[in-house]
Amino acid sequence: MDFKIFLTVIISMVFINNFILSKFLGLCPFLGVSRNIKPAMSMGMAVIFVMTLSGIITWLAYRFILIPFHITYLRTITFILVIAAFVQFVEMVILKKSPALYRALGIYLPLITTNCAVLGVTVLNIDNFFVSGKPAQLSFLLSVTQSLFAGIGFTLALLLMSGIRERLQVNDAPRCFEGIPIAFMVAALMSLAFMGFSGFRF
Amino acid sequence: MKKIFAEFSKGIFRENPIFVIVLGLCPTLAVSTSLENAVGMGIAATFVLVASNTIISGIKGVVPHKIRIPCFIVVIASFVTIVELVMAGYAPLLAKRLGIFVPLIVVNCIIMGRAEAFASRNNILPSIMDGLGMGLGFTLALCSVALIREILGSGKLFGHIIVKGFDPVNIMVLAPGALLTLGVLIAATNLIKNRGN
Repeated sequence: MDFKIFLTVIISMVFINNFILSKFLGLCPFLGVSRNIKPAMSMGMAVIFVMTLSGIITWLAYRFILIPFHITYLRTITFILVIAAFVQFVEMVILKKSPALYRALGIYLPLITTNCAVLGVTVLNIDNFFVSGKPAQLSFLLSVTQSLFAGIGFTLALLLMSGIRERLQVNDAPRCFEGIPIAFMVAALMSLAFMGFSGFRF
Repeated sequence: MKKIFAEFSKGIFRENPIFVIVLGLCPTLAVSTSLENAVGMGIAATFVLVASNTIISGIKGVVPHKIRIPCFIVVIASFVTIVELVMAGYAPLLAKRLGIFVPLIVVNCIIMGRAEAFASRNNILPSIMDGLGMGLGFTLALCSVALIREILGSGKLFGHIIVKGFDPVNIMVLAPGALLTLGVLIAATNLIKNRGN
């Protein structure tokens, strides 16, 4: 029974409600870093990491700080500050511990702060797994699962897109469609394909 | 005076945040299913943009350069919280339809972009004008996407049926329709711009 709930969240986040292709969260990095596969992979990894951990931190902050003090209306400010501070922290740690990883992720890390997918998943966790100010059953585990697999879904879409765009560069498009517009057309077709998953039933 | 008006008017077409600079796409695509949502989102984002531009241009001398981004985010997030609370109080239906995209105004790249690129370098009056112009440009772009999607996708406008017997193209109100519409509109903008040169 419990397993089924988790499976539903996983399939929903990766395929049915894919953050990029059906919820439109995180489109800026989706268009910005999807020109080649390698940076797309690095960005995807950075996003998965930051998303999962900020999912955990914001859940704890909401449950143990905002609710007991009755200041849940400060949710937006708190979450964005937590995410911004966390990203800054991760950047410093990576720089110190692994300069090679820093070179690979470096410029993408600060970008993640303004990636709406990260703030989006933390807000969604609260909306989905808290019932009238109280954590629902398995709330914490479900939130972590949702954050992790939202990141994986994001990376999946990003990788597929970058693979297509690498091919696209050598093909001719009408001049006014070059660059961003043709990327939108490709994304529309991918989104259409992903809609096929919405028929999934358990 | 002329210069201040130029700050206002540039956001509407020449530097339109969505069609030309291509920022702030997430809310554009997600809430453009109907014109009503688009107008609501446009007004909310414009308010935050103008208010945060004003404050940020006012505090630009006080904030140390290194921690400017977190400071800007706090200012923006405060105004977004105001919008969130006001909307939940006076327009609960709209707040429900826009859903998580109301708190997500914080990470709307247009607002952060204008704070960093304009308000933190200019005086208050030009910053207000810039915010108004960019906000209006954003709203107009949002509405044009919503107009196309609502008419084609549900055959309605502001909830009223306009063409009788028109079979709506459902896909236009779903996710792919949004990407398709915006892609075509950006291509059209490119076409017009290139013709100008």
